[in-house]
Amino acid sequence: MLGTTTTLKVATPEGVTFEIPLASPFSRCLALAVDVAIIFALTVLLGQTIRLLAIAASGIPVLGPVFGDFGTGAAIVLQFVVATGYGMVTEWLWSGRTVGKRLMKLRVIDERGLSLGLKQVIIRNLFRLLDMMPSTFYLLGGFSCLVTARCQRLGDIAAGTLVIREVELAPPALGDLVRAERNSFADLPHLEARLRQRTTPEEARLVLDAVIRRNELTPESRLELFSRLADYFRGIAEFPEEITIGLSDEQYIRNVVETLFRRASV
Amino acid sequence: MLDPPPPLPRHSALAPRVAPPHSRGVILDLDKFIAKERIYWDELAALLQRQEAQPDDRLSLEEAKRFYYLYQRISSDLVKLKTFAGEVETTRYLERLVARSYSRLHEDGGEKVPFRPWRWLTRTFPATFRRHGIAFALSIGTFSIGAGFGATALKLNYDSKADFIPPPFSHLNEKPSRRVEREEKKDFDAFQGRHEFSAQLMTHNTKVTIMTMVTGFLWGVFTLILLFYNGTLIGVVIYDYLADDQGVFLSAWLLPHGSFELPAIFIGGQAGLVIARTMFGWGTNLRLRERFTRVRSDLLTLVGGAGLLLIWAGLVESFLSQYHDPQFYPWKIGFGVVQLSGLVLYLSLCGRRPESGNTLRI
Repeated sequence: MLGTTTTLKVATPEGVTFEIPLASPFSRCLALAVDVAIIFALTVLLGQTIRLLAIAASGIPVLGPVFGDFGTGAAIVLQFVVATGYGMVTEWLWSGRTVGKRLMKLRVIDERGLSLGLKQVIIRNLFRLLDMMPSTFYLLGGFSCLVTARCQRLGDIAAGTLVIREVELAPPALGDLVRAERNSFADLPHLEARLRQRTTPEEARLVLDAVIRRNELTPESRLELFSRLADYFRGIAEFPEEITIGLSDEQYIRNVVETLFRRASV
Repeated sequence: MLDPPPPLPRHSALAPRVAPPHSRGVILDLDKFIAKERIYWDELAALLQRQEAQPDDRLSLEEAKRFYYLYQRISSDLVKLKTFAGEVETTRYLERLVARSYSRLHEDGGEKVPFRPWRWLTRTFPATFRRHGIAFALSIGTFSIGAGFGATALKLNYDSKADFIPPPFSHLNEKPSRRVEREEKKDFDAFQGRHEFSAQLMTHNTKVTIMTMVTGFLWGVFTLILLFYNGTLIGVVIYDYLADDQGVFLSAWLLPHGSFELPAIFIGGQAGLVIARTMFGWGTNLRLRERFTRVRSDLLTLVGGAGLLLIWAGLVESFLSQYHDPQFYPWKIGFGVVQLSGLVLYLSLCGRRPESGNTLRI
């Protein structure tokens, strides 16, 4: 097992399948550290505020001592409420996100890909007491995250929840990508038609991915990849030398992509 | 795959004219496709953003219909894109949109049922308590065995008393008659330290109860250990006071708050044993996830009820139980007995009418 699954795969009743990336234990640790710091700051702030109010009220003859004792009691209860309720309130109000999770772009969801329910929020936060064991070192929860396939702590298993990575994406501007230079293949429509006819969707997907991700490659890998791709596609449809002369392997493949994805009928 | 394919015999009668359908397909014109569909994607993204910013803002019927239409359209776009183009970035973008919409469309309608406190108090909590009666009996039984063990151990070896009393309760190491004499001479100050003490009791007991519940996840072993351990402590204290002929003081001290506090801890243990049963999955073929889904409401009801009992017990313990004036002992004992009887009647009789719902029984 050992937490090898990195995505949640969901198949909807409409027949669509999609994947949601799961949060890694490391990013969850960072989010937790932020949240613990916030809880600590809130409880200190609360305690100091109540202490200041008690000092201010101490001069009042009867109410002073009463408020002093009441304030101490209230501070203890409020600190407990903050420590226990912080996760519940923030996750419920912000659809599965605490401040730490917002910063780390994480979100708690139902393990079927649905929205989080209030009961789930309460259960997963009550189980934090167990996940924190021993003492407050989160060893049980951390161990559970490491050994479960979907990186779930015990509270997540009991509540039926998962923590996912929030990925904000915009549709890529494909036109800019493939129209960077004029496509010389366009001069020979019959050869373009042959290229499209002989290229499988898998091959088309491969070259498109190669062009989109070319900047992620090292220069050596980039040269080698586009060289092999160009050799392969030259074998599929051979364009005459007069229009391919001077074309680098990469530009050759960009022309192929442009031909495949922009000129074909829908 | 990347080796050049062998050249096909051009214009030959033997050359395959039609490729198998799975290997040759229409490749989508991505630019045209994005240009045509982007308006719908943006509309759905804006609708989702609005809903996420204001979760309580309900959609009108027309908006809900439009939302569903957009969801279906974009699901269809995603399928087209995956089948005919496979461009990664746009596919991921659409997957994200579909995932967010799916989560909104299929959220559990049961969560939207408004919480009705009176109904919960008079029906749901006692009915849930009874539904898991065997777990409660097991909880109280384990605690009682622990109490019996503590009392017997003290009877056999009184010197072992200090070994049973944990440091936070070190005042219990004092000889009971000496403590009674000291406590009965004290003036009662209604405010000095009472609120603080009350708050400490409430928070501590609530933590113990939650802990007793959640440790049920470890197949109930630690729930039983916690119940046994707490029972041992109570058994030692009860035997110590009875052996020193301080039964009246003990009753007047423990009954007012103990009549709520101990049942609350038993209910925490009951919830822990329900979790343990869920972990084992006896008597059901459901998967762990489904079993937990079925008992989740019951767990929250039980722990919520225990929490209410503990809040009241904390107040009583601070403001009444610690007031040790002998002339009030009968009143305090009477208060505790009435309170305990009321609790027993409430848990036994309220909410007898069967409720709908499917929960595991233990």
